[in-house]
Amino acid sequence: MNPILTELAPLFPEIFVLAMACAILLIDLSLSQERRHVSFGLALLTLAGAAALTLSDHSGAARSVFHGMFLDDLMSDVLKLGIYALTFTVFVYSRAYLAARGMYRGEYFVLGLFGVLGMMVMASAGHLLVLYLGLELLSLSLYAMVAFQRDSYPATEAAMKYFVLGALASGMLLYGMSMLYGVTGSLDIAAVRQAVTGVSAANNVVLIFGLVFVLVGLAFKLGAVPFHMWIPDVYHGAPTSVTLYIATAPKLAAFAMVLRLLVGGLQDLAVAWQDMLIIMAILSMAVGNVIAIAQTNLKRMLAYSAISHMGFFLLGILSAGANGYGSALFYILVYAVMSLGAFGMVLLLSRAGHEAEQLDDFRGLNQRSPWYAFLMLLLMFSMAGVPPTAGFYAKLAVIQSVVQVDLVWLAAVAVLFSVIGAFYYLRVVKLMYFDAPADTNAIQSGLDMRALLTVNALALVAVTPWLGAFLDLCSRAILTLA
Amino acid sequence: MFINSALSLAIWLPIVGGIAVLATGDDRNAPLARRLSLLIAIASFLATLPLYTGFDIHTAAMQFVEHRVWIPAFNIDYYLGVDGISLLLVLLTSFSTVLVVISAWRVIETRVAQYMAAFLIMEGLMIGVFSALDAILFYVFWEAMLIPMFIIIGVWGGPNRVYATFKFFLYTLLGSVLMLVAFIYLYYQAGQSFDILAFHAVRLGMTEQILIFLAFLMAFAVKVPMWPVHTWLPDAHVEAPTGGSVILAALMLKMGAYGFLRFSLPILPDASHELAWLMIGLSLIAIVYIGLVALVQEDMKKLIAYSSIAHMGFVTLGLFIFNAQGVEGAVVQMISHGFVSGALFLCVGVLYDRLHSRMIADYGGVAERMPVFASFMMLFAMANAGLPGTSGFVGEFLVILGAFQANVWYAVLAGTTLVFGAAYTLWMYKRVIFGAVRHEKVATLEDANGREILFLTLLAAAVLAMGLWPNPFLDIMHVSVENLLKLTAVSKLSP
Repeated sequence: MNPILTELAPLFPEIFVLAMACAILLIDLSLSQERRHVSFGLALLTLAGAAALTLSDHSGAARSVFHGMFLDDLMSDVLKLGIYALTFTVFVYSRAYLAARGMYRGEYFVLGLFGVLGMMVMASAGHLLVLYLGLELLSLSLYAMVAFQRDSYPATEAAMKYFVLGALASGMLLYGMSMLYGVTGSLDIAAVRQAVTGVSAANNVVLIFGLVFVLVGLAFKLGAVPFHMWIPDVYHGAPTSVTLYIATAPKLAAFAMVLRLLVGGLQDLAVAWQDMLIIMAILSMAVGNVIAIAQTNLKRMLAYSAISHMGFFLLGILSAGANGYGSALFYILVYAVMSLGAFGMVLLLSRAGHEAEQLDDFRGLNQRSPWYAFLMLLLMFSMAGVPPTAGFYAKLAVIQSVVQVDLVWLAAVAVLFSVIGAFYYLRVVKLMYFDAPADTNAIQSGLDMRALLTVNALALVAVTPWLGAFLDLCSRAILTLA
Repeated sequence: MFINSALSLAIWLPIVGGIAVLATGDDRNAPLARRLSLLIAIASFLATLPLYTGFDIHTAAMQFVEHRVWIPAFNIDYYLGVDGISLLLVLLTSFSTVLVVISAWRVIETRVAQYMAAFLIMEGLMIGVFSALDAILFYVFWEAMLIPMFIIIGVWGGPNRVYATFKFFLYTLLGSVLMLVAFIYLYYQAGQSFDILAFHAVRLGMTEQILIFLAFLMAFAVKVPMWPVHTWLPDAHVEAPTGGSVILAALMLKMGAYGFLRFSLPILPDASHELAWLMIGLSLIAIVYIGLVALVQEDMKKLIAYSSIAHMGFVTLGLFIFNAQGVEGAVVQMISHGFVSGALFLCVGVLYDRLHSRMIADYGGVAERMPVFASFMMLFAMANAGLPGTSGFVGEFLVILGAFQANVWYAVLAGTTLVFGAAYTLWMYKRVIFGAVRHEKVATLEDANGREILFLTLLAAAVLAMGLWPNPFLDIMHVSVENLLKLTAVSKLSP
């Protein structure tokens, strides 16, 4: 093959998504509102095509092209496939909701695809600036999507907060990166890793400062306490279809960012970042689970639940070993699927002129529709980490990795917070099953959404016999880094 | 081939059947849902019989073993097997479920399919708990059971059901999660294995043993329930529908005691001996204090609930005096209590269905209107009081016998139950069944119908069989109990 093509081959999925996003933007200009589904269909095709390219391209071995700036390994492939699948589902779930609110426009899908491109770049970044590039592409798309409903007061406010705090976080991250550059003389992650090997962090103030700033930036993006303030406001204020997007695929990208930076680059400083992550993990689990109890709005409740889940996710990372990273990857994948289903359920119950985002909207769902009540029950028990759902195995995996590094006390703290968390998930089940319905309108939604939501929720239980294979994939995916 | 997967069949037949019942949909198909559930419950009971007939009583090894790799990353296996102790509990589970389905036949009118399905799924999960030999598999079954029980109490329960079901769920979850951490710790100690039998062989220091013992104690004491973490039980029992109370009393409480047998005693022998004073103390408090509390109850279900706690105190006492009589008595008491308390809850259910009251004061003179029912209830009340000839006697007698060998005072205190048990049970019986008819509604009562006589007869037969001829039960468990005591007697501390 042509040497340039060989060099470009790992980037085909990215190039394809970029080309298609631009094409859809142009095609959409000429479409009338009745034919808007063409853009929708093309967006879905783009994701399917990207998935096909990613699958076909994988030669098995990890590759790095453009002087190590772009990495193509099993982790990036797993994450990218997850991102395509999640975004695909997000688009399908959103269609009816957007149409009912006059937001069914091509820009939504184009911005979504640009976000996907940003996430793909993050998943494959081998260079600090490439990572930053991907992050900003994702963030800017998300800011615009949050503000998509221009005349909605809460959405504009949420977008403003998100933008200001997001910019601050990006600034922190960049500042940290510049310090790392100052110490190591390189922006290449592999070179940074070599340069910090053997350097005693305790004696190198600049290195420690760089690490702290990078961590703060990461914590902002993950939404870990004490850098979580934007999460509830953005989740609550954004249109639900956008919340759905923010709460799912970008979590995988954030995972990539954490692994590329902390493990790929700064693994040798693990002793230094481990303690900071322990504090953030405990605070996230505490604040997320306790404050979620006080919420009456489901989107806000799920936002605090997201914060607590990030705490659990950090347990896997802070174990600082192959077992822990694999568990964290499994956790974040399971969490993204649960979050997808839970917000999907909010979209399902919403209709023109009605946002089903209050907890009370779920009252008596078992009488309105036993099937969706059952699916929501699975989602809630999975989030609470009750077997036989996948949420339990995810918690098991991270707790096991924490016990492995002799942090048994931390494991005990984590499980106790999960009991506190169980309360507010149970409350949703209680409203659905024990109370009489307040809203008796029939549930209206397309067959595509119903089918996908069913698959989405049932997957959390149906995966049980194949858990071994999934966990195995997760532990292999992070091997090139750990 | 059939024998090789007998346990899987016993677990999955009711679960798959329960899902099938769920698929019958809303209450228009209620008759179909009822018939299908009964069919599945009976089929599941029959499916557990080969376990009994094919069981070899001469070995303490696990039988009907199934071992498949499940999650290789963490060495979690799908690993099942039963010994003499768990076999009895498996049979009790499948038997009780049939009764629960029959007892709910006319009583449950709303969301019948969901009700029946919840019980069938629970049956499968409980058999899973009693036959799992992999700690995580055990934990999955153990916790998964909370979901249907949460729904059962919350949907079909009494007026204060929401409070009761939240309390039940959170209490049990809180107890269980630390057990999970202990399992994971043992996993690393046992060389990365969740095999329960491998846990039995792990060497552990005293401090580790005590910490793990306390973590297990949290989980099992809440389930048993032991004083002072028993407070969820009266609430859950009172608010649960009859079937829920039966399953709670007859089976779920046994899981806590089973946990002590399967985990605490053999894995942590030194801590068990070290902390035996605590366990015996809590058991005696349960027997004496809770017995007194039961005496003053005005609600029949609450009274039986407290009586259950007192009787379970006997079980934990029997386990922690470390001799053959004590442990065998404890296991017999577990099975017997399953029959007797289940029967008493069903009796209260029979009355409740007619008058919609559980208050003792609302009854009186029932015998005049319901002579057949009164005689059945008499038998179960006597069994609850530990009358010789009934199953209640065998267990209590063996435990007291064992307690005498350990310490006379244990036996004396435990013996008070014969007085208190008789007092609260028979006093309640007298106030409800005998005396003059004080309420007009009681005068309109009709005697037990065929369906009710059917399940009461089945239980009466079980209670009498175990009381008059306990040897078949004792034979099954004998070798397993000896093996357990052997494991408990060997110290794990390094010399």
